[in-house]
Amino acid sequence: MNPEHATSRLSDAELVRRCREGSAEAWNELVERFSRYVYAICSRGFNLNAEDAEDAFQDVFTRVYARLDSLRDDSAIRPWIAQTTRRVCLDRIAAASREEPVDEIVPDQAGPSLDEIDEAFAVREALEELGDPCRDLLDRFFARDESYRTIGDELDIPQGTIASRISRCLDKLRKEFEGRKPGPQSSGDK
Amino acid sequence: MIEPDPYAEEDIGRLLGLLPPAPEGWVRAAQEIPAFRSMLDDLVTRAEADEVFQATLIADLEAAIAQAGYEPEPRAIEAVRRQMRARSDTES
Repeated sequence: MNPEHATSRLSDAELVRRCREGSAEAWNELVERFSRYVYAICSRGFNLNAEDAEDAFQDVFTRVYARLDSLRDDSAIRPWIAQTTRRVCLDRIAAASREEPVDEIVPDQAGPSLDEIDEAFAVREALEELGDPCRDLLDRFFARDESYRTIGDELDIPQGTIASRISRCLDKLRKEFEGRKPGPQSSGDK
Repeated sequence: MIEPDPYAEEDIGRLLGLLPPAPEGWVRAAQEIPAFRSMLDDLVTRAEADEVFQATLIADLEAAIAQAGYEPEPRAIEAVRRQMRARSDTES
């Protein structure tokens, strides 16, 4: 099992509340929970290079930590992080290209849209609910891009059964995801 | 009327592929933010009580961190600098 999967499934609101109380464990979990999301917005949504993406990633979590008290609705942490990430990325792009007004900058059209990344995050949450072994298997194949051979070796399963296991797990995930369609959320800013 | 299935399995797989893990080092650094925030709070407290230290903090962050008894390693300096920017943004 990946260490990343060891986190508990506290609600977002409970996690934020514990972070505000100073729990280091909760902060670690908050970073784990949203790290892929922030990384995807920076590196794929805005197509920042690795150096800028790393700076933006750290800036986002620094701001989130500094401003947790200003979050009006603790359950809206995800859209709040999304908005913070977008601002940080736009600031970084504008700083690198002063002649181009920020208002005219849009995310890279070749990469996924921010809506798609939001959708991917919702699928990811459904995957967390699904648990192992499907969670680990699908993560390795689709998100970590591991080969059948690596997956077979790591999980100690015959390579010949991996495709059918992936198909069964995808079907379970699709059902789980469609059973929990997210509604629209505000940014959560005060 | 039957609604078309909006999510085929290949769509679900493609969406999973949009969220690869962030590099481990980035995640660890972000998890250390509270520790560096404590360092910054300590530096600011000292600066408020000591004008000489305040001048050092403004002019030479690395020296200020060392003077306060912390290891002035690059990631600590960068993390504190980042937090100073965030703090300044929050106050403005």
